Amino acid sequence: MRLTLHIWRQKAPTARGGKGDFEKYEVNDVSEHMSFLEMLDVLNERLETEGKDPIAFEHDCREGICGSCGFVINGSAHGPVPRTTVCQLHMRSFKDGDELVLEPWRARAFPILRDLIVDRSSFDRIIQAGGYVSTNTGSAPEANSVPVTKDSADRAMDAAACIGCGACVAMCPNASASLFTAAKVAHLNLLPQGQPERLIRTEKMVLQMDAEGFGHCTNHGDCSAVCPKGISVINIAQMNREYIEATLFSSPREGDTGDGA
Amino acid sequence: MSLPPNKIPTGPIDKAWTDRKFSMKLVNPANRRKYTVIVVGSGLAGASAAASLGELGYNVHCFCFQDSPRRAHSIAAQGGINAAKNYQNDGDSVYRLFYDTVKGGDFRAREANVYRLAEVSVNIIDQAVAQGVPFAREYGGLLANRSFGGAQVSRTFYARGQTGQQLLLGAYSALERQIAKGTVKMHPRTEMLDLVVVDGRARGIVVRDLTTGAISSYVADAVCLGTGGYGNAFYLSTNAKGCNVTAAWRASKRGAYFANPCFTQIHPTCIPVAGSYQSKLTLMSESLRNDGRVWVPKDPANCGKHPSEIAEADRDYYLERKYPSFGNLSPRDIASRAAKEACDDGRGVGPMVEGVRRGVYLDFADAIQRIGKAAVAEKYGNLFEMYQRITGEDPYEVPMRMYPAVHYTMGGLWVDYQLQSTIPGLFVIGEANFSDHGANRLGASALMQGLADGYFVLPFTLADYLAGVKPDGMATTHSAFRAVEGEVVAKNDKLLSIRGKRTVDSFHRELGLLMWDKCGMARTEEGLDEALQRIPALREEFWQNVTVSGSGAELNQSLEKAGRVADFLEFGEVMCLDARTRAESCGGHFRTEFQDEGEAKRNDAEYSHVSAWQYTGVGNAPVLHKEALEFNYVHPVTRSYK
Repeated sequence: MRLTLHIWRQKAPTARGGKGDFEKYEVNDVSEHMSFLEMLDVLNERLETEGKDPIAFEHDCREGICGSCGFVINGSAHGPVPRTTVCQLHMRSFKDGDELVLEPWRARAFPILRDLIVDRSSFDRIIQAGGYVSTNTGSAPEANSVPVTKDSADRAMDAAACIGCGACVAMCPNASASLFTAAKVAHLNLLPQGQPERLIRTEKMVLQMDAEGFGHCTNHGDCSAVCPKGISVINIAQMNREYIEATLFSSPREGDTGDGA
Repeated sequence: MSLPPNKIPTGPIDKAWTDRKFSMKLVNPANRRKYTVIVVGSGLAGASAAASLGELGYNVHCFCFQDSPRRAHSIAAQGGINAAKNYQNDGDSVYRLFYDTVKGGDFRAREANVYRLAEVSVNIIDQAVAQGVPFAREYGGLLANRSFGGAQVSRTFYARGQTGQQLLLGAYSALERQIAKGTVKMHPRTEMLDLVVVDGRARGIVVRDLTTGAISSYVADAVCLGTGGYGNAFYLSTNAKGCNVTAAWRASKRGAYFANPCFTQIHPTCIPVAGSYQSKLTLMSESLRNDGRVWVPKDPANCGKHPSEIAEADRDYYLERKYPSFGNLSPRDIASRAAKEACDDGRGVGPMVEGVRRGVYLDFADAIQRIGKAAVAEKYGNLFEMYQRITGEDPYEVPMRMYPAVHYTMGGLWVDYQLQSTIPGLFVIGEANFSDHGANRLGASALMQGLADGYFVLPFTLADYLAGVKPDGMATTHSAFRAVEGEVVAKNDKLLSIRGKRTVDSFHRELGLLMWDKCGMARTEEGLDEALQRIPALREEFWQNVTVSGSGAELNQSLEKAGRVADFLEFGEVMCLDARTRAESCGGHFRTEFQDEGEAKRNDAEYSHVSAWQYTGVGNAPVLHKEALEFNYVHPVTRSYK
């Protein structure tokens, strides 16, 4: 099949004043069995042999689990197929003559580094604020000494399936990171191991999310709709509830790392 | 330099690690922050090591080329992690896990290392559960297990089909906690491009900031590589696109010997290649073989038919037929070769790619009938979805098509029992070292080894090393750092200046195809000789005719790839040479000349050793050093899974 692509090209990072624009590319001989990224690989090889800069896009595992890849295709994060990262999106989802617009995640907290690549280090800092159980190596009790109900374990796993790709932020009209943050809060708060730090974790992660410049949740639900792992918005409701509880009952000190150190 | 002592403890194997832990030196808690340790890589091995060392109070710098440590390729491991907990009361023990792993590795691993691995396996599960890793559980709230290849007990812990992801996120969360505390300084989007050795000790690394292109150095009292395997030497593999041999190979060029590079693992259940544009292969977890039955048509004439039109009597369930006691759960090397044989025999299924059908069926019809579609979905739902997304076929209705693909590399930098390479102060952990899996790795053992090294071995052995050296305030202004930085800059400049006609990927694909043909599932002396002729020629062409666009002072993915492919073009030669030199078949290394009706024929009299290769210059023959293997507990026998 033949496709027309309009791709966001930006040489310098936004943080250093870089500006970008769309450029148009025609691609021919696209096989329906190719993945979307393989289609871009073929285009990039062509650009390189022509002595032009290839399109920079982030990718690594190409099996939908590392969370590296992602950009917006015709207004939808990761493209048109639900529960599918762009690396697992195959060209059989498109048809001959389609015109596609490819642009990076757009959010203040995700500044563009180059073309379709954005800086998502804000996600790491949200985890640093409390997305862990404070347990040093070697101090763990025997694994079966703390039973976990199957239901809790399953729901924790549902939330823990988040791959941190950032599609939720890209699709949210407020560029909120609520779904990402709530998924980690839910994963840990649902388990007995997460109980001692439940409130302080929630409070600190929410505060960090705000500090990074992400917006607030206004219950649109677009985040969950485009999430390649189908993380539920129920996690956000639960996080908000626990956040209110936390602001009533916990008072973190300035500079506290969350585990009394 | 001959190989240094391997430092394997003497005395009974079940006391070896305990005794060693007691006899090793310690670093006083108050002194630890005076020591700086560099950890390169943030997968299971690197992240667990960096977090644990940070907790202990060392001053740690951790580097990864990805945008976040959470992206390391450990995340893609699906099936599970072994541990000798014996929760299922089915006769498991540390000794049995040790036995299975030594046997599974076809008697080419060190007994003492493997015993230690089995011993600490139980601590890993405890640690992961305490971190909040959501392992699968039974209704009673206790941990569930499943079986994996090469074992007759159920000892594999899992988190749906995302065990690697959950274990990595556990290690990553521990790492992020240390980053917040300031004990670990994380350097994402930063690639190690060389090792700096001063006065015979590893003292630091030279890196490239992948966002700005800046080249700089970091100095430390010890350097630890957890940089993964070299499966992408084959271009097509189940590894992530970024996986590379650069850190390990450049360390090897600075004096670290490379052990058993020809020991590569071909995983039997991957989605077959669909076309020439294919950029990577996708693995389907070995756990599928618990319930899926592998078959091909008995008659090549039936291969083009829809599987539903092939009668039960016309199907050859070849693993069940050839290996009745292990059946579909035969070890990976054996299952892979059996699939290749069936396809070479003209009995492969699926579409013709370049004139051959390369696929076998993995059929769940019996399992669906036995336990119901819902139960199958509960166990494998996400894997089935993944398969359908890629192939467009529904595995609940049509059997999956599978073919072997490069998956893991057992070879790696040589390390002693203390995980120290031949360069003092350079430690190597996880897949990047060679130590525990011999010639074949059993399923669910990679996660175990990465975390064993990082959480429970390195923190002790590194202390033993650091206790013997004094922090000396060395800075990156030292002439050794300046010199290596200069070499790194010159190499990148050279790559950028060629401006030839062929892309980096085209060279990588050509090398990969050659490696797969000549140094893949079946190897011959003739084929390896051919590869050893062709690789240097391809390397020469690369340095004359590659095109790398852009400059060094920006985010430049072509330049990143070019550096990695340049290293594969040197390293591939050592792989082939090792395979050529090892004139026997063992585990994943199958030399067609050495077989017993299709079964690997080991030669213990001549090859019961580790081959460690010393670099002597590009294009020069490396020097082979041998470390004899001793088997005092598990006596080498012909591996039989029949």
